[in-house]
Amino acid sequence: MSWEKALIDKAKEIIDMYPQKRSALGPLLYLAQEKDGYISNDSIVEISNLIGITEVQVKSVASFYSMYKEEQTGKYLLSVCKSISCEINDSRSVIDSVKNFTGLENYETDTEKVFTFEEVECIGACGGAPAVQVNYETVEGLTPEKSLQMCEWLKEERPEIIVAEELQEKFGGVKSFDWAIKDNTGSSYSVPGFQNIGTAKEKS
Amino acid sequence: MKETLLLTKHMREFPEDSHQIEIYEKNNGYSALKKVLKEDNPENVINEIKDSNIRGRGGAGFPTGVKWGFLAENEDRYLVINGDESEPGTFKDRILLERDPHQLIEGVIITCFASNIKKAFIYIRGEYAKPARRVQDAVEQAYEKGYLGNNILGTNFSLDVVVHLGAGAYICGEETALLNSLEGKRGEPRLKPPYFPAVMGLYNKPTLVNNVETISSVPWIIQNSGKEYSKLGVEGSTGTRIFSLSGHVNNPGNFEIEMGQSFGEFIDTFGKGIKNNKNVKAYIPGGASAPWFTGDQLDIKMTIDDVANAGSMLGSGAVVVMDEDTNLVYAAKSIVSFFAHESCGQCTPCREGTTWLEMILERIASGRGRLSDISLLIDICDNISPGLDWPPKMTTICPLGPSAVSPITSLLNNFSEEITNMLPTKIPITQ
Repeated sequence: MSWEKALIDKAKEIIDMYPQKRSALGPLLYLAQEKDGYISNDSIVEISNLIGITEVQVKSVASFYSMYKEEQTGKYLLSVCKSISCEINDSRSVIDSVKNFTGLENYETDTEKVFTFEEVECIGACGGAPAVQVNYETVEGLTPEKSLQMCEWLKEERPEIIVAEELQEKFGGVKSFDWAIKDNTGSSYSVPGFQNIGTAKEKS
Repeated sequence: MKETLLLTKHMREFPEDSHQIEIYEKNNGYSALKKVLKEDNPENVINEIKDSNIRGRGGAGFPTGVKWGFLAENEDRYLVINGDESEPGTFKDRILLERDPHQLIEGVIITCFASNIKKAFIYIRGEYAKPARRVQDAVEQAYEKGYLGNNILGTNFSLDVVVHLGAGAYICGEETALLNSLEGKRGEPRLKPPYFPAVMGLYNKPTLVNNVETISSVPWIIQNSGKEYSKLGVEGSTGTRIFSLSGHVNNPGNFEIEMGQSFGEFIDTFGKGIKNNKNVKAYIPGGASAPWFTGDQLDIKMTIDDVANAGSMLGSGAVVVMDEDTNLVYAAKSIVSFFAHESCGQCTPCREGTTWLEMILERIASGRGRLSDISLLIDICDNISPGLDWPPKMTTICPLGPSAVSPITSLLNNFSEEITNMLPTKIPITQ
């Protein structure tokens, strides 16, 4: 599906923020992924036209970064950290627990497109190890049991917007630092809930 | 031993709304900026930073004032804030972005004023969605109040700030890779020379690239003078520093202290000791790239120079503690896997070397190791970083490859029995 006018207008607004058009490539790839759950070939064509570079240049950049997905992801992207602080705090059993529940191996998505599972490198939540991100919202201090409950809850409740505070309160434990600020913003789908134009999505 | 709060003071005093502009303003926020604009002497600002002797908080520890002095003349110059914090063990910039974004923005504005820069970018790693939202909201508040945009607070000075999100590549923490990423390219480090983006950086224009913590320190330095700042800490490592403590401690977290205390004191006082009263087997003093120290080396002082003299680096200020029960082969494998995954693939020694190191450690960890594996590991490490010295010799464009060597030399130099215990004691007959 090619892009609708509203999306193209938004893309142009982003392009105007940078001294050179090509700098907007990263944010535009996020727009594409928010639309389809991955970087589709149609989006690659649209972006190459908007920025004025070749399709292969777009694809070359998209494939370099791990957060741009080449296949459609599930509604919830489960990213379990396995770097050093998490590793020595037994992230392997959290990984096993999530794998068992979802039946997925690394980088797989279930056929109903509910979950995508991936083992990731450091997400900057080392004080709250082992840590997980759901759609790039961080949950810290998990256990194998709590991570299982979290997956069950997601499958049952199917929230549209993932709010880190909500998951942390329900399933999290020790944190890297006191979050203190109450927040109800979050991410939907497998893209970080951030746009450098306008404000983030709020959960009502 | 106690904390000295400069950068984390405001967020401690107003835990629930330290990110709001009204609260920041009420507590002296943006007054350093007003002072600078009133004095209208950019040279003075640079001199204060030079007087403070502050060294970059990203990892390399380069003197900030000197870096600013390199910035070449040009009509277009840029400031890029490196918020791509991804070094395993590090989460100090996350708290600064999440809890006190205006402190960073005020630092950005002062820095740009001092160096006559009209466009700044705050590059935040993609996984930091929430911190990025907070910074974006703060930037919008600052525009509304006239701290950003055209004719800031009625002066001739104008500045635009763009918050830019990365997309999951550790290598973009390397400043030239970050600039490529910001230009919409693959995040591959650039060939040096030119060594300094201050000479040739973003769009080949003079660019300052500074860490979040470094620039967050600027408002305090301007308020209290560079001299006052330089009185904190010790010579060569002035000021305070936020250390991220994680691993097997009772109380992990970010702690802001003056540099110069010992690691042992730091771990006991703030980490409240080791979980289950265990002993420290090894600890990482400055992020996953840094060679490890053993439990017998806890009296080393936390300064850039002391750690360097002891054969490691203070790096990003991430202290990871491993207790006596830790399987260090698994720990080393985790770190090597990290670098294998994050290698950008440009340089052969790094791309191939880290991958082979990972595979060999994997087979040792799974009980399929070979007696020859230790010499094979050393051989590969030597190909990535000849001589296995510290600081490492390089065969690659950036230090990522040699970083993967650190955990292996740490393991073999001090804990070689851990790895030999996992190797077979019998040699099978090949049929």
